[in-house]
Amino acid sequence: MSFEPKLLGFLCNWCSYAGADLAGVSRIQYPPNMRVIRVMCSGRVDPKFIIKALELGIDGVYVMGCHIGDCHYLEGNYEAVKKFDMTKKFLKIIGLDDRIRLDWVSASEGQRFGELVSKFVEDIRALGPSPLSGEKPNQDLLNKLKAIQMSVSNNRIRALVGRQRVITEQENVYGEKYPEDKFNNLFDQAIKDEYERHRILISLKMDSKSVKDLAKELNIDPSIVLEHILSLKGRNQVDFGEIIKNTPMFITL
Amino acid sequence: MSENKEKDRKIKIGVFICHCGSNIGGLIDCKKITEYAGKLPNVIHSEDNLYTCSETGLSCIKNAIKEYDLNRVVVASCTPRTHEPLFRECISEAGLNQYLFNFVNIRDQCSWVHMKDPEGAYDKAMDLVKMGVAKAAKLEPLDCIKVNINPTALVIGGGVAGMSAALNLSNQGFKTYLVEKEDKLGGRLNSLYKLFPYSIKASEFIENFIKKIKNNRNLNVLTSSKIKNVDGFVGNFKVEIEQNGNVQKIEIGTIIVAVGSSLLNPKGLFGYDGIKRITQYELETLLIKEKVTKKNVVMIQCVGSRNEKRLYCSSVCCMTALKNALIIKEQNPNVNITILFRDIYTPGTEYEEYYDRARKEGIIFIKYDVERIPTIEENQVVVFNEYINKEVLIPYDLLVLSTPLVANEDNKELAQMLKVPTEANNFFLEAHVKLRPSDFATDGIFIGGSAKWPVDISEAITQGYSAAARASTILSHATIEVEGATSNLPEYNKSLCSGCEICIKICPYNAIRKNKDDEIEIIEALCKGCGLCGATCTRNAIVIRHFTDEQIISEILAFGG
Repeated sequence: MSFEPKLLGFLCNWCSYAGADLAGVSRIQYPPNMRVIRVMCSGRVDPKFIIKALELGIDGVYVMGCHIGDCHYLEGNYEAVKKFDMTKKFLKIIGLDDRIRLDWVSASEGQRFGELVSKFVEDIRALGPSPLSGEKPNQDLLNKLKAIQMSVSNNRIRALVGRQRVITEQENVYGEKYPEDKFNNLFDQAIKDEYERHRILISLKMDSKSVKDLAKELNIDPSIVLEHILSLKGRNQVDFGEIIKNTPMFITL
Repeated sequence: MSENKEKDRKIKIGVFICHCGSNIGGLIDCKKITEYAGKLPNVIHSEDNLYTCSETGLSCIKNAIKEYDLNRVVVASCTPRTHEPLFRECISEAGLNQYLFNFVNIRDQCSWVHMKDPEGAYDKAMDLVKMGVAKAAKLEPLDCIKVNINPTALVIGGGVAGMSAALNLSNQGFKTYLVEKEDKLGGRLNSLYKLFPYSIKASEFIENFIKKIKNNRNLNVLTSSKIKNVDGFVGNFKVEIEQNGNVQKIEIGTIIVAVGSSLLNPKGLFGYDGIKRITQYELETLLIKEKVTKKNVVMIQCVGSRNEKRLYCSSVCCMTALKNALIIKEQNPNVNITILFRDIYTPGTEYEEYYDRARKEGIIFIKYDVERIPTIEENQVVVFNEYINKEVLIPYDLLVLSTPLVANEDNKELAQMLKVPTEANNFFLEAHVKLRPSDFATDGIFIGGSAKWPVDISEAITQGYSAAARASTILSHATIEVEGATSNLPEYNKSLCSGCEICIKICPYNAIRKNKDDEIEIIEALCKGCGLCGATCTRNAIVIRHFTDEQIISEILAFGG
């Protein structure tokens, strides 16, 4: 039997959920693989929901909202884009980014809704089952995804996403605008840093380790591990443990 | 009240699976789904109904609430977008808080769209019911918020829609402000000659309106006035209006947006020059002053509309062209008139009668294709006539272009002040095209006339009355209840808040501010429950009621776990 993808969709109440209803009223047929969670606005879709679904082995997650410019809540979908892009950047690190998708469906686009869902089912079927599905999910990948789950709830990442539009689209009090590409560089670095830091935290939760151990285990340059450890210590998340043969071991707090 | 004890009580869910006649039951085995639902956690009772929304179905719900002491109700049926209010009312009549209801959509998004895959539809319905039950278990009772209403109305725009709305409200006894940015009332009507149907003179028609307005003691007209700022919420808006450089502040309960539309600048279209090649609106001004003494008049329809840039039909141009063509014919039966069209839109018997008459009077209609639009030469139009498969040359000494009505340029500015959306063409966007056509999503703000879409006079009047009727449902109450599913910073989460203020900036409705104690405060009457702040909150401190993190994650777990 061919693989049937297990998909989850987050639909905004006003446009895409209405579009999905219209597909029904118009009797447009599409495959039944996607289960729907209704939210009031696509901007309500917290990245942690998407990561949670992937952790559980769901093969793909679709977020749908009103077309840009047509948001029932004025500009909620602009924020949805920022949150989604952030989630996608994290997932790109571990190669799961093709399993999430964002699209706009208006209340009058029943046909389009059916087509988009059909295409998503087809694409995920071609991609195969999620490595996190089934009886034996890939443990290493699951740990990495857990690090992402912690990162998307982290206040630094959330503050950057929350302020992104203010920073890049509006002028500050000196009449300066922060260039988009400069922001993106900073944001990409923050994503990489937070991902690695949370991997370190997860690893240390199991056992106390030295910088060298961590560098080897996580395949990160030791000098960068040390920098992360210092940041985490500054945040009161790790501390020195015992010292073995002149090498400090680190523990989580 | 007993509702407050809800939390301490054991969760007892009742699940009602609707056959919807054969709409659901014809494809999905509702009995089996009911059996399945009965075994889900916290479910005390499950049953299937032929129509859960019928009187019988509703009394089944009420009886079960009593018999099994249910404190949560799940209905799996059509769609919450049409039937949630009915079931909420039903459970609240049975003594439950209306927010303890959850809807599962197994018709519009299941049985109707997977007709060729009954097994797939059945599996999906099972999952959806499981997810719905999981969310229901986490639902919490919510109180609707009570707000006081100031029984005063504001109508923005003194065109025919705005005048109709303002007259209607003031005649009902509500003090009403009518604000017009030009120096006189009447809007678009001031530049028109005669109106369809019945060929009434536009000037007489406005005079009639203005007489009624002048005689109305409840109605306060402010011309040459502009809205400068809008604050507050339903029942309690504070609006600043600028008139000749002076700003006055008024306090009102509801707002009607009837700002109408603008004319398209026809520059560059079909050789427009404003003299020999003019628009329908310029023709109207001409007709007010004098008779048209031309020999050959050609009109072109859909100029600048129904194309890639402007997808919409402006809806008034077909009738305007027919009416003006007939007026010219009446003045001078010897003039040759040709109308080049793509489709003719004359709904209803009155309008269709114009089209019939135009044909009988000898007006020639030639259909052109959007792929092969007419070309304009100095004294003739070249048009490809698809019926004879040939190019036709038509001489003209007056070319009239039917250009569309477009959205006002300052719509965006006003929309931002009112916190209401506009659509892709910059027209105002109603809450729902069918379910709430005269409302905005923002409580207490209503819409009528061409601000929403180009409409003709009779439709503008109808919509003006409709907006007034909707506004009066609020103005006629001393207090009203507004949506309780708002965002909230609960007491137990206050210590989490870092004061980053991102939520304040991100809220589309300015519903979040810092209070005197430097704490984040959410003004619930302003909140629309979109959930942006909660999904953005850097400390995960804000709770989005009725769509809480916990509730949504319980749905994800029910499906994936």
